[in-house]
Amino acid sequence: MIHAAPVIILLPLAGFFVLTFGGRRLGDPSAGWLGTLAVTGSFVASIVTFLGLRSMAPHARSVVQTYYSWVPVGGLKVNISALLDPLSLTMVLFVTGVSSLIHLYSISYMKGDPQFRKFFVYLNLFVFSMIVLVMAGNFLFTFVGWEGVGTCSYLLVGFWFDRETAATAAKKAFVVNRIGDFGFLLAMFLIFAHTGSLDYHGVFAHLGSVTRGTATAIALLLLLGAVGKSAQLPLYVWLPDAMEGPTPVSALIHAATMVTAGVYLMVRVNPILALSPDSLTVIAILGVVTAFYAATVACAQNDIKRVLAYSTMSQLGYMFLGVGSAAYGAAIFHMISHAFFKALLFLAAGSVIHAMNDEQNMKKMGGLRKYLPITSTTFFIAWLAISGIPPFNGFWSKDDILGAAYHKSPILYAVGAATVLLTAYYMTRQVVLVFTGQARWVENRPGVEGARAASAGHGGAAGHGGDHGGPPHEGPWIMTLPLIVLAGASVLGGLIDLPFGKLKFLDTWLSPVASGAGDLATESASLRIALLLVTLALAGAGILIGSRLWGARIDRPALEPEVLQRSYYADDISSAVLTGGGGMFSRALSVVVDNGIIDGAVNGVGHLARSGGTVVRRAQTGYVRNYALGIAAGTVLILAFMLVRAS
Amino acid sequence: MSSVLAAASTIPFSTGTGGFGFPILPAIVVLPAIAAAAVALFVPRHRPDVAKVVGAVISVAVAGLAIAMAVRFRTGTPGYQFGVEHSWISAFGIQWKLGVDGISVFLVTVTAVVFPVAILGAPVTRDPKSYVGWMLLLEAACLGSFLALDVFLFFLFFELTLPPMYMLIGRWGGPKRSYAALKFFLYTFAGSALMLISLLVLAYLHDRTYGHLTFDVIALTTQQHLSTDTGILLFLGFAIAFAVKVPVFPFHTWLPDAQAEASTGGSIVLAAVMFNLGTYGLVRFCLEMFPRAAVALAPLMLTLGAVGIVYGFLVAVVQTDLKRMIAYTLVGDLGVIVVGLFAFTRQGLSGGVYQMVNHGVSMGAMFLLIGVVVDRFGTGDLRRMGGLQSNAPLMAALFMVVTLSVVGVPGLNGFIGEFLLLIGTFVTHRWWAVAATVGVILAALVFLWAYQQIFHGQPKERDRPAMADIGRRELLAVAPLVVLIVILGVYPRPFLDRINPSANRIIAHVSALTNQAEPAVATGARP
Repeated sequence: MIHAAPVIILLPLAGFFVLTFGGRRLGDPSAGWLGTLAVTGSFVASIVTFLGLRSMAPHARSVVQTYYSWVPVGGLKVNISALLDPLSLTMVLFVTGVSSLIHLYSISYMKGDPQFRKFFVYLNLFVFSMIVLVMAGNFLFTFVGWEGVGTCSYLLVGFWFDRETAATAAKKAFVVNRIGDFGFLLAMFLIFAHTGSLDYHGVFAHLGSVTRGTATAIALLLLLGAVGKSAQLPLYVWLPDAMEGPTPVSALIHAATMVTAGVYLMVRVNPILALSPDSLTVIAILGVVTAFYAATVACAQNDIKRVLAYSTMSQLGYMFLGVGSAAYGAAIFHMISHAFFKALLFLAAGSVIHAMNDEQNMKKMGGLRKYLPITSTTFFIAWLAISGIPPFNGFWSKDDILGAAYHKSPILYAVGAATVLLTAYYMTRQVVLVFTGQARWVENRPGVEGARAASAGHGGAAGHGGDHGGPPHEGPWIMTLPLIVLAGASVLGGLIDLPFGKLKFLDTWLSPVASGAGDLATESASLRIALLLVTLALAGAGILIGSRLWGARIDRPALEPEVLQRSYYADDISSAVLTGGGGMFSRALSVVVDNGIIDGAVNGVGHLARSGGTVVRRAQTGYVRNYALGIAAGTVLILAFMLVRAS
Repeated sequence: MSSVLAAASTIPFSTGTGGFGFPILPAIVVLPAIAAAAVALFVPRHRPDVAKVVGAVISVAVAGLAIAMAVRFRTGTPGYQFGVEHSWISAFGIQWKLGVDGISVFLVTVTAVVFPVAILGAPVTRDPKSYVGWMLLLEAACLGSFLALDVFLFFLFFELTLPPMYMLIGRWGGPKRSYAALKFFLYTFAGSALMLISLLVLAYLHDRTYGHLTFDVIALTTQQHLSTDTGILLFLGFAIAFAVKVPVFPFHTWLPDAQAEASTGGSIVLAAVMFNLGTYGLVRFCLEMFPRAAVALAPLMLTLGAVGIVYGFLVAVVQTDLKRMIAYTLVGDLGVIVVGLFAFTRQGLSGGVYQMVNHGVSMGAMFLLIGVVVDRFGTGDLRRMGGLQSNAPLMAALFMVVTLSVVGVPGLNGFIGEFLLLIGTFVTHRWWAVAATVGVILAALVFLWAYQQIFHGQPKERDRPAMADIGRRELLAVAPLVVLIVILGVYPRPFLDRINPSANRIIAHVSALTNQAEPAVATGARP
């Protein structure tokens, strides 16, 4: 049954081609349905392949399927191949599953957009790339998916390209990710230079000859790639801006799937990390610092999507903390949990934005609970899940990571636990501002609509098509069904890996390919329970503080200092360095070196020849002939010199 | 004297038509030359349509022949195929000798494919008859340069590219075309002079050692007798000529002017074909004929290449003219090839050749589309563009594919070449590869910025009338190139199978003569 694997990859690709070349004939809603069908088919094929792999003996669950020879040059032999093992199948299952739901949701969300078909073209291409990323059997083919998802992210962030901000955000995302790709590329070069292979199996089999220093270099270079893709410090600056894309894109790419690619890569190369304890420590510190940093920034954001963006960054930080604590199972567990509740948060936020006629400022919302019962209920579930309240999935997976972090160092645990408090706080602030209290949008409503109509009304505004006169209301079932399914997954998701012996299904399943010291760490039961109670108390405190503060008043400038609102001025600093310093350097090269020195020298020679030439002859068009003569004479001289010298 | 004689293993030179029933290589070279002459002599000036038809038919026919030749090209052999050999100026040992190997086979093909694209996709309104004539002559000269296996014959073809290119810039170019054409001519001509000296001295020294005068590339390659010092001098003569042509930093300043001023057809040919002449020359004449000198001077070439990469992209960032901007990125792109060639690994060399082919395909398409963009806006000034995607979604999509190809997004052609070049460099010259990789990162910045300026946002000049999408003629011209961009990226095997044996032969030749063994990971010798 694992022979269904090519179908997983090919269906979204086929969808991409059909929509690209035949989409116009299909018409608007059908194009969306076709795209959804392709991805759902891929999900079904994933289940079939998963069951096939499960039926095999645990130690045999690592199958390479080679499709064709791709880049064969000398010792470098790279195939188009898939690696089917518990890790890749776990990834592909949740990627295609969540993608199917988001495709479905998008059919309604993007309704009426003039580029409706193109949206699904890009979305299918994205899913194809993401599947390649997680299923590829070697680093280079993984890199195809890696760059593919980045390219699709570029295309989708800039989907409403006539908005300058969207176009700039798209470019920023691509370029910042390129810095990460630099690390990925160099890591591949190093791996090849030391193991003679780029196949995962081949590389891991030859690690015996890799020194600790080399392993650290490889790990840190791959980490650079992962940091770019997964929006960790310091390469995160693209993620908040990427919220310019349509909200389903934020849910799919910038929350559930693409941004987790860095975590996947780190888990995939865990045999290399095992050779380099230093790199694990770096990853853990980076992760926990990012988690804390982003959580503080999220506390001061007013845009409903930017809160979620910083929250995503923070949660990804937890996953890196998990990886750095060698708790690979826990990292993947949290990745799956996060995919459910964060996709849900974004989709529900999209539903809110939809109902608010594209208003994204939470300060202008409020009281929506009454109007959006399904959206608000599902949002509440996700809120409790991300805050770490039992029995929702986030509680179990976050606890898993924090337990492993404690095992590595209590300091890591302390910072991670403080972040739990912040997380609960900022999410509560969001819930309170959006769904409870006074309906602050009532007086704004006509103004909002007027402003929208003036701003060349397209995209989101056009996407909603329906009547905007009445009170806010839920979308059709294809928008609410994904919310309900994801809410169900957020409630029950913890069951896949409960921290009790035989109930650790995911850990057991992943153990042949990704089990680290952190996963096996066995603290005493009493210590675990103590840690758990501490984080639970912190989460409760966060919720309490958040609701107390923001339920009473929406205007608290002291709690929204500019330094947090502007994300510690990271954007200002980086743009000052890049456009200021870098730009000046480039201009200097262009004007001084190129035009001044090099061209100056050339023109100087030309000038000399020209002034000599005018003495001889007055014709205006004879420059070429004149120069040619000069060069010929010079040639003879040099020729003579060479012949004399050579003999 | 005989102690320095070192005969490398001979290079197979198989004559015969390879099943075509007629000498295919002379046909490829002579057909456009005859057509050029026919257009000049027999087509009356008031019937430019006839010239256009001749140009279209002949260039398409040559492309067909070249593709057929590449398909029939036997894989797995390192030597020359479809060889032709006649004594020409026997007193000086000059031969009419043509042949094609894995290095040149796709350079010939891509050249033959790009010319009809330029002729059909970018016609001119002013004096089309002469335009077609010069184009065809240029095509013959370029194809001849790639096929010639006699150094003197090569030199003649190489020089023969100059007058047509000079005319294409100087007659059909932009406002500063005269200056640009002159600069182009002088740069190249000065380089050529040095090459002429080198090749004459080379033949003379060969005559003194072996007692017969020859310009035969195979003989001069296999009969290595020069001392390293002499080799270095002669190497430099060739290398400077090619460095100007490529262009390698700091010999590049003719390029932005030429590229910016040339007509669309001229800039397509410049970017897609002419630079390949330079990089091809570096392989065939510098690496092969002077391996010791090449290894001795490798640090210099690597450094110039790496500096060119970073420099080219950095300077490109601040350009405001679209064509000048892309021209500077060419300096960077070509720098990557130069670095890979002088790393002396099979990945570097195969990747270099592969990238030359990519370069022809992608840059041909890029400059064709740039021509359309500049035509629509009536200016090359990026600051006055914007918002084209709303009017011209198809053009935007094509431009995007080509941009992604040039930026090196995997799945498309550019990535394969770039990756092979960089990894091939890394295993022998780690830090140069790191510098080159930095350049690859910068490329994205430049191209995406340009793309945004052209296509995204709102038109900067509000009163501009709606602009038309790409026309059917241009679409037909660019479509084959876009298809190639995808094929070369997804399934490079058939191309690499033809390139690899010759690349391996050259690397083996260099390491045998210099005692520099290729690393085990590169050869696959590692268990």
